[in-house]
Amino acid sequence: MSTTDVFELSATAAAGAIAGGELSAGELFEAYRLRAAADRAAGEDGLNCFTWVAAEAPEDDAPAPFHGVPLAVKDLFCTAGVPSQSGSRILEGYEPPYTATVVSRLRESGARLLAKTNQDEFAMGSSNENSAFGVVRNPWDRERVPGGSSGGSAAAVAAGLAPWALGTDTGGSIRQPAALCGIVGLKPTYGSVSRYGMIAFASSLDQAGPLTRDVSDAALMLRHMVGRDPCDATSLEFPEEIQLPSAERLDGIRLGVPEELSGEGIEPGVLEAFQAALARAQELGAEVQTVRLPHAPHALSAYYVLAPAEASSNLARFDGVRYGLRAQDASDLLDMYTRTRHDGFGPEVKRRIMLGTYALSSGYYDAYYGRAQRVRTKIAEDFRAAFEGVDLIVTPTSPSVAFRLGEKTSEPLEMYLNDYCTVPMSLAGIPAISIPCGLSEGLPVGLQIAGPAFSENRLLDAAHALEQAIGFDGAPARA
Amino acid sequence: MERRPVPDAYEPVIGLEIHVQLATATKMFCGCELSFGEPPNTRTCAVCLGLPGSLPVANAGAVHFGLMIGLALGSELAPRSIFHRKNYFYPDLPKGYQISQYDEPLCLGGALGDVRIHRVHLEEDAAKLTHVGSSGRIHGSDASIVDFNRGGTPLAEIVTEPDLRSAEQASEWLKLLRTTLRQLGVSDVNMEEGSLRCDANISLRPAGTSGLGTKTELKNMNSFRFIERGIRAEIARQQKILSEGGQILQETLHFDPDSGAITSLRSKEEAHDYRYFPEPDLIPVAIDEDMLDAARAAMSELPADRARRFQEIGLTADSAQQLAFRGELGDYFELALAAGTEPAPQAQMLANWIVGELVGRLTDGEDPAASLVQPGALAALVGMLGEKRVSVGAGRQVLDTLVAKGGSDPMAIVQAEGLAAMDGQDELAEVVKAALQANADAAERVREGNAKAIGPIVGYVMRETKGRAEGTEVARLIHEQLGMPFSP
Repeated sequence: MSTTDVFELSATAAAGAIAGGELSAGELFEAYRLRAAADRAAGEDGLNCFTWVAAEAPEDDAPAPFHGVPLAVKDLFCTAGVPSQSGSRILEGYEPPYTATVVSRLRESGARLLAKTNQDEFAMGSSNENSAFGVVRNPWDRERVPGGSSGGSAAAVAAGLAPWALGTDTGGSIRQPAALCGIVGLKPTYGSVSRYGMIAFASSLDQAGPLTRDVSDAALMLRHMVGRDPCDATSLEFPEEIQLPSAERLDGIRLGVPEELSGEGIEPGVLEAFQAALARAQELGAEVQTVRLPHAPHALSAYYVLAPAEASSNLARFDGVRYGLRAQDASDLLDMYTRTRHDGFGPEVKRRIMLGTYALSSGYYDAYYGRAQRVRTKIAEDFRAAFEGVDLIVTPTSPSVAFRLGEKTSEPLEMYLNDYCTVPMSLAGIPAISIPCGLSEGLPVGLQIAGPAFSENRLLDAAHALEQAIGFDGAPARA
Repeated sequence: MERRPVPDAYEPVIGLEIHVQLATATKMFCGCELSFGEPPNTRTCAVCLGLPGSLPVANAGAVHFGLMIGLALGSELAPRSIFHRKNYFYPDLPKGYQISQYDEPLCLGGALGDVRIHRVHLEEDAAKLTHVGSSGRIHGSDASIVDFNRGGTPLAEIVTEPDLRSAEQASEWLKLLRTTLRQLGVSDVNMEEGSLRCDANISLRPAGTSGLGTKTELKNMNSFRFIERGIRAEIARQQKILSEGGQILQETLHFDPDSGAITSLRSKEEAHDYRYFPEPDLIPVAIDEDMLDAARAAMSELPADRARRFQEIGLTADSAQQLAFRGELGDYFELALAAGTEPAPQAQMLANWIVGELVGRLTDGEDPAASLVQPGALAALVGMLGEKRVSVGAGRQVLDTLVAKGGSDPMAIVQAEGLAAMDGQDELAEVVKAALQANADAAERVREGNAKAIGPIVGYVMRETKGRAEGTEVARLIHEQLGMPFSP
């Protein structure tokens, strides 16, 4: 097999080729490793997808079913002996003594660690411009953002620098960059994948998921990610095996389009691609109807109370005492804390720590945190009610296509609106997938499909049928 | 400042907050074994070091012990309780927050003795800080060293209602709590080693009123003696302020047992805003019937129940409590009763000999089980005393020998040392007669009504009989021979 052909293989196909003896795992790894290393060496002159790349191909001993297919892993997953910095100066060079459960599981399934991917600092951002290790560029247009916070993972997969990648989603951090980079991104049901070893942003929302070239790859990776982990008290046994999707039709499937998430604030070009996808779905036999999620417009406000509140506490451990950056020449303990955190955290992280600390403060708790929790409950109830009438809910993933680098960095609220369509599902803890559904201004548009908790198989089947019908071509980004 | 009218007398109002290290196999939220003096930072893992990405998992054993404590205190056990994060920065707190319980604790209400319990909740202990350098405190130290072995040890925090009224009562009650916890087997309850720690909330109010004054919190007194001294000192401090017309400031205080000084750690204004919120990394603790059954099954008899049982077998309330609340005395008492010696010891007399005689011959606080006196030997001795086969005086001599040399057969000591009670009245009457002759002056004074003058006569008899004579019988005979009436 020629090297150029290798990069056109999906992860599933590559694993199959290794199993069939048509491809050597070592050669495949080395081919990707050289590409990734070149991008890493180029820094911001390249796509800047990676914060670490393997120095050599691993031993050729990887088991089925992945047979050594290389895997790119978001920086915030702990990987023993490999820098795990969550995109932050405060963890620069930090090498944890242990490996995240989900990374271990994928390794046991035969995946091999190719690289760690760039991300927004502590997963806070929608453009990957908040990384301490430089911005990531969108392979469809290098002057544009890849989305975030799993921007490095999305750009690497889209550009063919990695066959697939692991990301995390808190309010849209897998789905939105997948949409902006023209690939598939799945946020699983909260609790279905262990969070042990994921450097936390907002514990009640964080969830690991795959970023892949196609829906089958997403299903294959997810199959080997899910399951209860005794080290994560919030993890659950997935009630059924994740199937590799084969559906070609959507006969009898009722798709709900929430009024609140498919009109105002969505770019016309995005809406157009979304409407076209709905038409395709109908051609495949789906029944499309409007649904109401009355509290969805409040989701963003609730999210920007809850997530920063949890983050303000989760990030308290970065105090310079035990690991990571410590400010030198501090006059006393408080000075050491203050200067360490001043130097170590970027502006967006500081903003959210301030927001979250305020929201939890005595006298403000009920008005902010308490109220946001009630909104969260209402949103979950909205979804439950909607799923009584439809099987799946569809929305555009992101209100816009990839925007220009720097375009929204001075307007945090503008930036936060990127998560308008993805945050409601995060608050409800339900699974959602983004698949590319067309182009607008030459840039990919994402279609988000969400289902009830643990409906991943249904979700993947529908996504697969639509993917086949739409026939999106991601090749331009790999050129 | 406006001076307030000063009442005549004040009543202290005291509530306690007790931290109990639970004797589980592993820490509260990770699999590390608990540490007992191992080298620093050898009982740690990613979780109790708060490494990025690590997650807590609640220790079911700690919940089990928490339920046992709740059952022992008669608390309401919450079917569902949740953990909260208590946020503050300190080097002994690796996550920047302590996982504790806040408004939905494991146990609510209850009582121990006459003190009501407010709540019992579970939390994790902080690490141990050592400040190197002259000051011994974090300010001005050259360096501070953290040992995370203790970090994450399970704690039960027991909070009382403000039902205590004096330092002595607080200390006594705490001893009862300690015995109860020891009996449950949930903790080592060793104050010096820090497995039992106590803070006291103290306020004063005009005697006879029912409101509550401004309270102060006295931190971490690590012995019963310090608790009494600390509370007493704080009561005195508040009393002085109030009687001079001043006001008590709500603050957290430190008692220095060496100097007796009370210093302020922080005022109300400086109090932390802990920003409590539900711990998102943990699921609620849901108590089911199986867990309750397991906790009930693991309960041993509690001191209060034991005291009741001791009363039922004939002990006075005081003796029953003395034995039950010092569990090791109760254990010794029951072993002695169970020894099956003939004649069987009378229960109250046995209790008196344990509390009044044996304990007094041991070093302070020594467990009688660790002494040379076997419970069966004491039971046999008390049995003989009951039958008046030996006198009280001779019994004391036998006990002295048992304490010093041990041995299982007090009768052998009685025989070897010729201490058997004198059988014949005649023999003793002869000795009494000789004693009256030898102490004619004293005999005369007794006859004239000076009761104390009997001493030298009794002493003569005891010397002559090596203490084998029964004191009451000697007194009776003296009166008889002097032709006087006698009432023991």
